[in-house]
Formats: sequence, structure tokens, C-alpha cells
Amino acid sequence: MDKTWNNKAWFLVLPVLVLVAFSAVIPLMTVVNYSVQDTFGNNVFFWAGTEWFEELLHSDRFWEAMVRNLIFSFIILAIEVPLGIFIALNMPKKGWGVPVCLVLMALPLLIPWNVVGTIWQVFGRNDIGLLGYYVNALGFNYNYVQDPFDAWVTVIIMDVWHWTSLVVLLCYAGLVSIPDAFYQAAKIDGASRWAVFRYIQLPKMQRVLLIAVLLRFMDSFMIYTEPFVVTGGGPGNSTTFLSIDLVKTALGQFDLGPAAAMSLVYFLIILLLSWVFYTVMTNYDAER
Amino acid sequence: MNLDFSWMAWTWPTAAFFGTILLLLCGMAAWEYVSPGGNPRIGILRFETTRGDRLFLSLLGSAFIHLAWLGLVGPNLWWALALSVVYAVGVFRYV
Repeated sequence: MDKTWNNKAWFLVLPVLVLVAFSAVIPLMTVVNYSVQDTFGNNVFFWAGTEWFEELLHSDRFWEAMVRNLIFSFIILAIEVPLGIFIALNMPKKGWGVPVCLVLMALPLLIPWNVVGTIWQVFGRNDIGLLGYYVNALGFNYNYVQDPFDAWVTVIIMDVWHWTSLVVLLCYAGLVSIPDAFYQAAKIDGASRWAVFRYIQLPKMQRVLLIAVLLRFMDSFMIYTEPFVVTGGGPGNSTTFLSIDLVKTALGQFDLGPAAAMSLVYFLIILLLSWVFYTVMTNYDAER
Repeated sequence: MNLDFSWMAWTWPTAAFFGTILLLLCGMAAWEYVSPGGNPRIGILRFETTRGDRLFLSLLGSAFIHLAWLGLVGPNLWWALALSVVYAVGVFRYV
């Protein structure tokens, strides 16, 4: 049967195109325009060429923030993915425990990011915070305001607390989609617990895991609100990630040109990584 | 209605940059009209790409070539542009 070609259907895409134009394309164009100019305010701009890009690429501050961000993303992925799989594997598959666990897992995801930051800012305080007070009472010298290591630990634990549930829910969705026949066959073959995980559960979770890794990497690479509320990028610059550095440049110093150049480089890195993840995911589907 | 876009801080070079991208997209649309289907094939990356994928890879790669040139060599970007054209031809030919 011949397919019917009707190009009028393209008009149905028009509202989305208009929306994307106003929410993404026009702001992006403006950022490109700003990145090659300098301004002292009052909507007056001076041509600067590629100066801001050169400055950025030779800036230690930028590369340090980039390395910090990559280390942060790597650490939280290394914790959240195995922990998420472990929790999902141990969640009940039947009975009253299922809705209880699902609601409990969904709770951290429902809390706004600035509220999460505020919760952990108070929670970690030495004087009134439950965590900070008792950790110090146990003899550990914990102070996230003054110690860079403590600040990192706080930000990482906060992110793990906030986002592991997402990995859990995605893995759980993958696990419940496995038909019972797979487990029955494994039982007949006398497969060990590890063999069931390695050859049945993990392959079935692979797709959702890729989505989880992609989402968590993107989110952690763009993280701003939580560390900004808890540490403000400090002590010193120890938790200043790329987005915090960007906001400091754009809104703190009002250096629109350098901030625009930084935004574009940041955007290109995100675009490249998204493409790599997308390609891996779609090719994995095609191979299957 | 008076549409004032001065806040977007347009310059001729940035307008030319976006104009070129728009022309490339129009060219790709015309190419698709003449030869529909996107010409999917498996190239040296060992996965299927269409014309649109190749354009995306060319533009993204060109951006990184320009940035690398700017960071490692200097502000004269004509050689980076030439390198990007060679890279784009390579992508359209082999990827």
C-alpha cells in the first residue's frame, strides 16, 4: 500500500517551532551576539571580536571549575547508579509495600531544588543542624562552611539524597517489566543470584540505566541551585561549579561578554555529550 | 507595532554567521526535497547517519576546531575555517 504524503501536517509543528524560537533560539542568538561584544550597560555595546573566548580558554578559573564539575559528576554517578540498582533490586515487587516504597522514593524528587539546599544548609550546621551537631559530637571536626572537604561531602551527600530515587524508579520500572518466565527458566537451570542479575536483570535494565546515566550526568553537570544555597561556591572556590562561576560572571560582575562566551562553550560541551549519549542509546536500540 | 530588537545587540558578523546557518538549513531542506529519505548510511563511525546528522556533526566539530585554534594557536581564524571546511567535507564523504 502506498503511503499518503501530506506536507500540510508540517503546520502542526508550527506552534512548537514558535515556542522554541522564543524560549531557546532567540535567547541563544542574543548570547552569541553578546559573546563578541562588551558593554558597560545602558544597551550600548562595543565590538570585542574573539577576545572573550581567548580569555576564557586561557583562564585557570574556568578550567578549574570545569574539572571540579567533571569530578563531581563522576563521583555522584559512581555512587547513585550502583546504589539505585541495589535499592531497586531490593524493593518489593508485589503487595502493599510497592506503593509505600514508590511514594517514599518519589518524595525527594518532589522537593524544589532551593528547598533541598536550605534543608541541607540547616541540617549540616554545627550549632543547630542535626547532622553537623552529632557528627561533631562523635568527635569528627565537621564544618562545611570552612573545610573544602566537608563542603564537598555535604554537596555530594545532598545530591545522592535528592537524586538516587530517580535512578531507583527507572531501574525499578526496568525490573518489573521482566516477565516471570525469565526467572522460572533461570530457576530450572539452577542459576545463582549473581547469574540472574548479570544475565537477566542487568541486560533488561540497560536501556533505563542509560537514560538514568544521561539524565544524572546532564543534571549534575549543570548543577547550580543546591550547592549555591548550601556553600555559595565556597569555602574559597572549592565548590564553584561551572554554572555558579557563570552566574558570578554574568550577574555578580555584570561581565556579559565573558559570561556569554562561557555560556557558549558550556553549551557546546553539553551538546557534544548529549549527542554521544543519544547516539549510544539509539544504536543500542538498533542493535537489539 | 514597533518591534525593537536593539537589546539583542546585533552586529554584521553575527548576522552573517546566523545567515550562513540559515542558508545551510535551507540548502539541506532543498536537498531533501530533491532527494528524499535523508540518505542514511553506515560510515566510518560504524553507525547509521543521515544528512542531517552529518551537518550537525560538521557544525559541532567546526565549533570545537575554532575553539581549539583560538586556544592553541591564536585569534586568526581563517585557517580554522579552512580546516573546518575540510573536516565537513570529510564528514559528508566518509561518516
